Amino acid sequence: MDGFLAEVVAKYNYWLYVVLMMIGFYAMIGKRNLVKKLLGMNIFQTAIILLFVSSGVKRGGGIPILDKYEVLARGVDVATVVNPLPHVLMLTAIVVSVSVTGVALAILQRIYREYGTLEEDEILEKLGQ
Amino acid sequence: MTFANLHMYVLAVPLLTALAVNLLGRRSRTWIAPLTLGALSFSTVAAALVLVRVLREGTLHYTVGNWSPPYGIELVIDPLGALMLLLVAAAALLATSGALPSVALELPGREHLFFTLYLILIVGLMGLVITGDAFNLYVLLEITSITTYGLVAMGKGRAPLASFNYIIMGSIGACFYLLGVGYLYILTGTLNMADIAAILPTLPGTVAAATAFAFLLVGLWIKMAFFPLHGWLPNAYSLAPTGAGLLIAPLMTKVTIYLMIRVLYSIIHPNWALLAESGVQSALVWAAALGIVCASAMALGQRDLKRMLTYLIVAEVGYMVGGVFLANETGLTGALLHIVNDALMTLCLFLAAAAIVYRTGSLEFDSLRGLYRRMPVTLAAFTLAAFSMIGVPPTAGFFSKWYLLLGGIEAGQWGYVGALLFSSLVNAVLFFRIIEIAFFRNSAADDRPLPVTEAPAMLVGPLVLSALALVVLGLGAGGLVDSVILPAIAAFL
Amino acid sequence: MDMTTSYLPLAAILISLLGAVPILLSGRMPNLREGWTLLIALGKFTLVAAMLPTVLAGGTYVLTLAEVIPGVPIALRVDAMGMYFALIASFLWIFTSIYSMGYMRALKEHNQTRYYASFAVAISATIGVAFSANLLTLYLFYEMLSLSTYPLVTHHGDAEARRSGRKYLTYILGTSIGLVLPAMLITYQLTGTLDFTHGGILSGEASAATLGLLLVLFVLGFAKAGIMPFHGWLPAAMVAPTPVSAFLHGVAVVKVGVFAILRVIFDIFGPDLLHRLDFGVVLTYFASVTILAASLVALTQDNLKRRLAYSTIGQLSYMILGAGMLSAAGMTGGMLHIAMHAFGKITLFFCAGAIYVASHKKYISEMDGLGRRMPITYFAFFLGSLSIIGMPPLGGFISKWNLVIGAVEADQLLLVAVLLVSSLLSAAYFFPIVYRGFFAPASEETLAHTGEAPLLCLIPLSVTALCSVGLFFYPDIFLQLVHRALFP
Repeated sequence: MDGFLAEVVAKYNYWLYVVLMMIGFYAMIGKRNLVKKLLGMNIFQTAIILLFVSSGVKRGGGIPILDKYEVLARGVDVATVVNPLPHVLMLTAIVVSVSVTGVALAILQRIYREYGTLEEDEILEKLGQ
Repeated sequence: MTFANLHMYVLAVPLLTALAVNLLGRRSRTWIAPLTLGALSFSTVAAALVLVRVLREGTLHYTVGNWSPPYGIELVIDPLGALMLLLVAAAALLATSGALPSVALELPGREHLFFTLYLILIVGLMGLVITGDAFNLYVLLEITSITTYGLVAMGKGRAPLASFNYIIMGSIGACFYLLGVGYLYILTGTLNMADIAAILPTLPGTVAAATAFAFLLVGLWIKMAFFPLHGWLPNAYSLAPTGAGLLIAPLMTKVTIYLMIRVLYSIIHPNWALLAESGVQSALVWAAALGIVCASAMALGQRDLKRMLTYLIVAEVGYMVGGVFLANETGLTGALLHIVNDALMTLCLFLAAAAIVYRTGSLEFDSLRGLYRRMPVTLAAFTLAAFSMIGVPPTAGFFSKWYLLLGGIEAGQWGYVGALLFSSLVNAVLFFRIIEIAFFRNSAADDRPLPVTEAPAMLVGPLVLSALALVVLGLGAGGLVDSVILPAIAAFL
Repeated sequence: MDMTTSYLPLAAILISLLGAVPILLSGRMPNLREGWTLLIALGKFTLVAAMLPTVLAGGTYVLTLAEVIPGVPIALRVDAMGMYFALIASFLWIFTSIYSMGYMRALKEHNQTRYYASFAVAISATIGVAFSANLLTLYLFYEMLSLSTYPLVTHHGDAEARRSGRKYLTYILGTSIGLVLPAMLITYQLTGTLDFTHGGILSGEASAATLGLLLVLFVLGFAKAGIMPFHGWLPAAMVAPTPVSAFLHGVAVVKVGVFAILRVIFDIFGPDLLHRLDFGVVLTYFASVTILAASLVALTQDNLKRRLAYSTIGQLSYMILGAGMLSAAGMTGGMLHIAMHAFGKITLFFCAGAIYVASHKKYISEMDGLGRRMPITYFAFFLGSLSIIGMPPLGGFISKWNLVIGAVEADQLLLVAVLLVSSLLSAAYFFPIVYRGFFAPASEETLAHTGEAPLLCLIPLSVTALCSVGLFFYPDIFLQLVHRALFP
């Protein structure tokens, strides 16, 4: 029990991401309102993004923005800088997430225009007629 | 433009044409057809040349932006990738030719928007089959998905709703894939496929790697509609505009299956013995078999041709995933051959459906009566594709089914074998039901000649070509297997 | 044994496949269309006969078309057994075409172009089966036959025809995909080849249980041979126009099924292997049950064509019975019966069709006294039925005689009893038809309205009836081919 708690405390950020992911997942599947589903999707994606970014962190590491000439002259001490690659990758992922959200919102607008509501059960009722 | 970079131009030309289509298409509709067809013809010819080159010289590599791997993004074109590239380009060309009249009918005034998305989707698919970087794969996967979401949403009626559902499911899949890549990155520190494959075996501790494996696979399974994660597919594919269905149905799931094979053999190199021992492999084959049976059964209950075809797509996915997880050479040969064959069969069937909808406006079974008199060429091509789906020699479908069945027998997976045979019989019932309605259900002694109103040539041409290709591919399957598939498998194993 | 590579077998197959095109195109001109059909039929027979001398001398013709699956090419081979079947089929097609012309025109049938074109494709597939060099090629042409005969079975297009068509496909496609395909795959997996080799390829490759299962899968899977319980499609297919029933379900389709089973028995398993494992019993069991049951059911049928259909089911199993005896005379008798039954049964069906054209009667109970109005037809029917029952001086006697001798040789006196009982039953369901036709009082309507059948129908049925007699006196070519096939 002790060891387990120690684990949880040491890696608290990862546990948070798991919780976030589950919230997002629940919202996507469990909620009836389409916008809430979309928000759930965003939360889900955000959790994964945070996981990636977390993986690059180093104890005592600084922001990876360096002076060009200093680096050319003296090189980089990798231990002092946080890994920038995950950040870059996640920029791409954020872009993807935003695009999907944009498309989804456009579609939701169309759905709203068509059915007058964004609640899944009400829409299904209207379709049933 | 040099011959050395031809494989890049296969991608670049349609991408730039997408932009041109949007700008020029706004002003005048007449720009769209020549631009799209021209660009895709170029891509097809170039892809064929690339295939020839790769078969002669070996794998091609292209480093994007001249940042050398493993830090830069790399495109790797081995014979299998080149074959897939040709398949995507050729199928896209035929689909586009069929889509042009369809879209003009269904979405007048919005063709330039439609084809912009269309071309970007094609570029995404082509990129997917030749990328060598795991994260680049995610980006391209999302590019294809986003354009598909948009294309599906352009349909009538419930299409936006179906598209939204697809967005939710598709994003879960993509995120799982991303999570898998994340785990691999944390483990190995690299995103280049070849690099990961080199580093992964040297690492101890398999839990993280197994988790990555699981997330990658489940993510791809959602994207390819592997039973029971297939719920989004029937609605999305059948409600999409006809022209969109022509491209999405044959290619999206097949390319995703190809990606699964790539991930399995070029990145992860799973320990098949361990999988077999732990029963995971068997469980997956049984899941595939169950998927085949359930999807076929659900197809039986449909009253609309397109919805029936979408359930058949789900069944075909089961064929291929089962074939891969048989873990023997025969099964993998069958799966790879079936990717090519199924893409063509689905293309042919959807083209036939598009032609029928163009002329008659409906695909309900009841409205297909007596169609053979009115659209003989379309129905003849449809019949040939139906034979291929059932698995009648010498069409292509028979030979890939042969390999899959043989692989199942060799691996002792009798459930899978039974499911395949069951599916063939169900396909026979499904298609002969339609053939019977179309050929015979007009008044029996009615010999009056009905006007033959075929769909326009741009639809019927590709239809006939793809139907003939099924026979050619059937007889030529031996050559294809020997020259491309078997060497590829040898390189994998 | 010299093998000549030649395009002759391919030409023999393709002539009618490609010939379907001019038939389809000359749809508006019936005479031209029928002219094409006759021309193609004569051409096909000529091409097949052209290969006869070499085959009789012991040679074979081979041709490989494509090698798709390693070890199993799509290939053709004309050996004695294939030549035997092809000769019968192509010869009888000529007369079927003439008969079709008479029948279809007299009844003013619709969709005749589709009919002739499908027929051309079907006969193409039949010759393809005869000339197949291995199981895969045979399977290819077998399926082609199933699919091309569907438009013929459902020709009338009404609800009953469609229902029968569905039954037809369910039985035939269902068994070929569900039983034959796995059997082929298992055979391939065991031996790496599917080539027809004299003496079989399965010797020593698997356990007796596996081989037994394979045998059952093949025998039941080739449902075109009408072995019970998968015989149900045959009576249902009688809804087709009579020339279709006569040729396809008297000669081509059903004999394809039997031919396929015989190929499996002789060239995949081999008589020696079957003898060693005592599997002849399996075959004779299935065959005997079918023979007796079918003959009994035939007695209860009032529809003439359905009675003939059940008769066919029984007769087909004679051929399997003969092969199952695994004795020289038995196998000879079984194979000879392919020819004898073909000529006899086609005569009977031709007569049934002629009766329908002349008098529009389908039911035996209504056919009293017709014989006096249609003497030629009924006499031909009499000859045909004698051949099927197996009485001299008709060809059927020779094959029946061989079968009985074969049963005695193989020490299977029970089979002798089966053969005798079924002959008696055949007499019981055929003779009344002839007797009532000639000697029973006719109804007013019959006397007033019925004459002989049209000439184009009479000629073929007379020719085939006479051939049945002729085969008793001159069975040499067929005997030679059969002997060469069984004992090279």
